Amino acid sequence: MWKWFHQLASPPHFYRLSAILAPWLAVPGVILIAYAAWQGLFVVPMDYQQGDAFRIIYVHVPSAYLSMMAYMIMATSGAIGLIWRIKLSHAVAAAAAPIGAGFTFLALCTGSIWGKPMWGTWWEWGDPRMMSELILLFLYFGYMALRSAIDDTAKADKASAVLALVGIVNVVIVHFSVEWWSSLHQGQTVFKKGTMDADMRIPLLIMVLGFTLLFGAMLLRRIRTEVLFRERRTRWVREMILSPEGGA
Amino acid sequence: MDALAMGDYGAYVWSCYALTLVIVVFLSWRARLRQKRVYRDIEVRLKALEDRE
Repeated sequence: MWKWFHQLASPPHFYRLSAILAPWLAVPGVILIAYAAWQGLFVVPMDYQQGDAFRIIYVHVPSAYLSMMAYMIMATSGAIGLIWRIKLSHAVAAAAAPIGAGFTFLALCTGSIWGKPMWGTWWEWGDPRMMSELILLFLYFGYMALRSAIDDTAKADKASAVLALVGIVNVVIVHFSVEWWSSLHQGQTVFKKGTMDADMRIPLLIMVLGFTLLFGAMLLRRIRTEVLFRERRTRWVREMILSPEGGA
Repeated sequence: MDALAMGDYGAYVWSCYALTLVIVVFLSWRARLRQKRVYRDIEVRLKALEDRE
């Protein structure tokens, strides 16, 4: 197993493997998203309290979940890079940040659009879930700004990994905010028994799976780019790019 | 028409799905663009080096 792990952490091996894996994640991801969106928009019955506005859940929940998952991937990879000095893990962390920021922005926007008809307001500054999610977006921006502000890649990796690790506290707050404080935001529903009918839950879980697969494909593509950039002076990149077949 | 109206929530529901599509496409496109750009930059640099050698 360790041999496999070490092989995976090797940049040339990962570069080639990710090219094979990415379409196997992207294509099923798009199919699942399309199916779940059709179910969520046209097949699933409307909610007796929220009416058709509840259909926003099918895009809001997966994006909110990915906003946190991307951050955890970023922070964990950063920690692995700091502790075990695995070069690839810093590339993973750097690659996860822009995707995570995109999904956090999407979660905030869809949540705000949902909030207007349900709560009568686009935004509530005192709401712990909304505020912690907004802080998460700022953490992503801070992480990317810090990386781009430091020219030395090794120093940028270390500094940004520390920032990502500190920010984990906020991810915990995002997750538990609806339980710890009184919030406009509804409590956990997806995995709680009796809160959601199977007709509504199954398309949502399919959508979450589809989003996760697509996120995986995007992440692999971005890691490939990071690896290529970081390894641009190495022999394997030289040989790959100058070979008649190329490597893109 | 009912599907479009979404019980008077059409503007909210459809704008969320449209925004999702825009962001997912944008993220995929940016990832692809950056990969192509990095690859091309390295290729140009390596070919220039090779010509010099």
